[in-house]
Amino acid sequence: MSTTASRSAARVMMAPAVILLLGWMLVPLTMTVWFSFRKFLPLRGGDLGFAGFDNYVRFFTSSAFWPSVYTTLIIVISVLVITVVLGIFLAMLLDQPMWGQGIVRILVIAPFFVMPTVSALLWKNMFMDPVNGLFAHLFKAFGAEPVVWLTDAALPSIIMIVSWQWLPFATLILLTARQSLDSEQLEAAEMDGAPLLKRFWFIVLPHLGRAITVVILIQTIFILSIFAEIFVTTSGAFDTKTLTYLIFQRITDSQNIGLGSAGGVYAIILANIVALFLMRIVGKNLDT
Amino acid sequence: MGRIILDKVTKRFDGVEVIPPLDLIIEDGEFTVFVGPSGCGKSTLLRLIAGLEDVTGGHIEIDGQDVTGVAPAKRRLAMVFQSYALYPHMTVRKNIAFPLRMAKLDRAEINKKVTAAAEVLNLTDYLERRPGLLSGGQRQRVAIGRAIVREPEAFLFDEPLSNLDAALRVEMRLEIGELHKRLATTMIYVTHDQVEAMTMADRIVVLKAGNIEQVGSPLELYTKPRNTFVAGFIGSPSMNLLEGPEVAKHGAKTVGIRPEHLSISDKEGVWSGIIGVSEHLGSDTFFHVKCDAFPNPLTVRASGEVSLHYGQKVFLTPNKTYIHRFGKDGLRIA
Amino acid sequence: MARTHSPQLKMLTTFAAWSIGLMIFFPILWTILTSFKTEAQAIASPPIFVNFDWTLENYEVVRERSNYMRFLWNSIFIAGGSTLLGVLIAVPAAWSMAFVPSKRTKDILLWMLSTKMLPAVGVLYPLYLIFIELGILDTRLGLIVVLMLINLPIIVWMLYTYFKEIPGEILEAARMDGATLKAEIFYVLMPMAIPGIASTILLNVILAWNEAFWTLNLTAAKAAPLTAFIASYSSPEGLFYAKLSAASTMAIAPILILGWFSQKQLVRGLTFGAVK
Repeated sequence: MSTTASRSAARVMMAPAVILLLGWMLVPLTMTVWFSFRKFLPLRGGDLGFAGFDNYVRFFTSSAFWPSVYTTLIIVISVLVITVVLGIFLAMLLDQPMWGQGIVRILVIAPFFVMPTVSALLWKNMFMDPVNGLFAHLFKAFGAEPVVWLTDAALPSIIMIVSWQWLPFATLILLTARQSLDSEQLEAAEMDGAPLLKRFWFIVLPHLGRAITVVILIQTIFILSIFAEIFVTTSGAFDTKTLTYLIFQRITDSQNIGLGSAGGVYAIILANIVALFLMRIVGKNLDT
Repeated sequence: MGRIILDKVTKRFDGVEVIPPLDLIIEDGEFTVFVGPSGCGKSTLLRLIAGLEDVTGGHIEIDGQDVTGVAPAKRRLAMVFQSYALYPHMTVRKNIAFPLRMAKLDRAEINKKVTAAAEVLNLTDYLERRPGLLSGGQRQRVAIGRAIVREPEAFLFDEPLSNLDAALRVEMRLEIGELHKRLATTMIYVTHDQVEAMTMADRIVVLKAGNIEQVGSPLELYTKPRNTFVAGFIGSPSMNLLEGPEVAKHGAKTVGIRPEHLSISDKEGVWSGIIGVSEHLGSDTFFHVKCDAFPNPLTVRASGEVSLHYGQKVFLTPNKTYIHRFGKDGLRIA
Repeated sequence: MARTHSPQLKMLTTFAAWSIGLMIFFPILWTILTSFKTEAQAIASPPIFVNFDWTLENYEVVRERSNYMRFLWNSIFIAGGSTLLGVLIAVPAAWSMAFVPSKRTKDILLWMLSTKMLPAVGVLYPLYLIFIELGILDTRLGLIVVLMLINLPIIVWMLYTYFKEIPGEILEAARMDGATLKAEIFYVLMPMAIPGIASTILLNVILAWNEAFWTLNLTAAKAAPLTAFIASYSSPEGLFYAKLSAASTMAIAPILILGWFSQKQLVRGLTFGAVK
């Protein structure tokens, strides 16, 4: 229903949320863009004048840039592959009848609710510590040398931690999507003589297609900006500096705000590209 | 009192004009039915009167006051929705009391009115229940009760019986009719079911694509439909509308004759034909006859049980008094 | 599925599922167990599973020595405060989008969701400056505002979806019954939307509680919540496994319990309707 009275009421009621988010989006963003075009070093006097595209070029050409992009890509792609593949498998498994299904669900979902700093620390100290960690004990029990995870295999360690955290999310989403597939389709296929794997490949997997895309897009956005896990474990050392962390360091360690801001703009553009795809899918759904 | 005037009321949605300028007067105390096929704008019209939608043009007057642009709450109208729209988290008592609470009546007054309404509608035993535990018919009554306590200038009904099963529908039709006689308040009733319209209305407004095709009493619409649309819409089974050279003989483009005004015989008559499907209701029998003179089969009503069978050759004779003639524009020829 | 399941298949699936489930849950389980061990037993080799002397000393030490309660209180205050503030702002917005939609509604909704995609690190410094300027650095208020802003899109979105499930006719009936806009929202909409609002609050409290960027970078001693507290265990302290476990368990326990209740909300809130 819509009368002019309710429509003007609606505009007023939306205003606070819209204004706040607009401010949240524009104000810091404008400042970042502003800083990116200036030579700004708070430790050496602050605003040192207009810098043109210097910061952008310097950030892009710095020796740390491409490694960070590389690191970011490796983490994102690895986590995506692990969580989606395992997620599909787990979703299929959890969809089957079994005893104590409710409890198994809780067990599988739990890691998502553990705060990132706790996860990172638990893994770092209790599992990956080369002396006292559980992995060390495990390796020694087999007579092998324990791996110094966070030094020698830092990137895989981070990937392991982040995958552990996000696997529940992927599983839950895929399980929900799987359960929205009506059994009649599968029954028809069975009557048509299709064996289990073929039914999975031709019916279940395509149905999951939309959900998988959503999981990939949402996880990408969030994994691109993971912070605590790196902050708490390696602080970016041993090749674990993601783009996000690189920018963070430029701002907090080197205190080169102009440079960091330029990096920030790169990160924002990147995130927005992914967001565009996600919003297209969400938008299509809103119309239904 | 509850006299409602619509003056050149227009409604546009997103640039599409769903109701072209429309004039209508509904007299106080009348039971007016808006009827028409899906999408004809009858519900929209009701909602414009209720104030749930704004008119794009024109004025609405209730009881002498211009209410165009006035909020629904202030128009002194009450509406019964198709889905009843009961408040699921409130008991029946609280549902019925709600409008009184909004009008800021004091508790004793509210209780009195609620109890009275509940008695009238046989809801006294259900006052403390939630709508979720009531049957369709009971929910209907609660919706009506909520409307009654407001003592409005007019009641608006938006297809209230569509969600009920056939038997209940007949029962509720009578109850609403009774209610109207008792309260003597204006009632505007929207339905797509022309049987409801015919049995309940003082006056019927037939709508098509936002236009009023005809306004009149049920009998008027039955005996003197203004055009082919109304002719084919009112009456069940619908009037036979015939065209062709046989019809031209009567000096019209279309001729209408109701099934009950045709007589069927296996011996003699004006039009010859072959019987197709027949429907035996016990009280009547309806035959669908494929006549040589007309491309489409005719429906014929015969009283009681008549045993003519499929494929049998028969003759139809129209009752001359009840032949309706329509010209090239679809309008009635006197 | 159409086939009837043999008990053997069920046993196999149960076994497989439980094994995997326990493997995934193991780190958490191990942490909880370790929190009850003595330090010596915590690093024992080979690792002791259950046959240790259960003790509560770690919990006591963490509570007393590290001012744990303050961090806990900060977490509660910040997570709760930001969520409630967000709900207050989001309810009217969601109402108008759900019940008086316009041509722009969908775009505005999508835009709101997109603000959540903003990489935090990109606006870290400006926010830092603004906070200093306004004097809200290392204050709970500052954090409540920031966390409210980053969760507002999700709160609006979730409330919108819940409101859309309420039949519009019931609100129209309230209008016909003489209810003002305020009465319509308070007496009819809110009671019907309570389960939806509760679910939204649940998920967002969890998200705010676990937030680990702004809570780490905009707080110091006074307003730091549990995320920061645990992060500080990163240095030597962290090698005291038993105490680390106790601190961690205390930090994550409430959310684990809440999380169990919020699975459905998680799907609804974080996939933005793209998955049903």
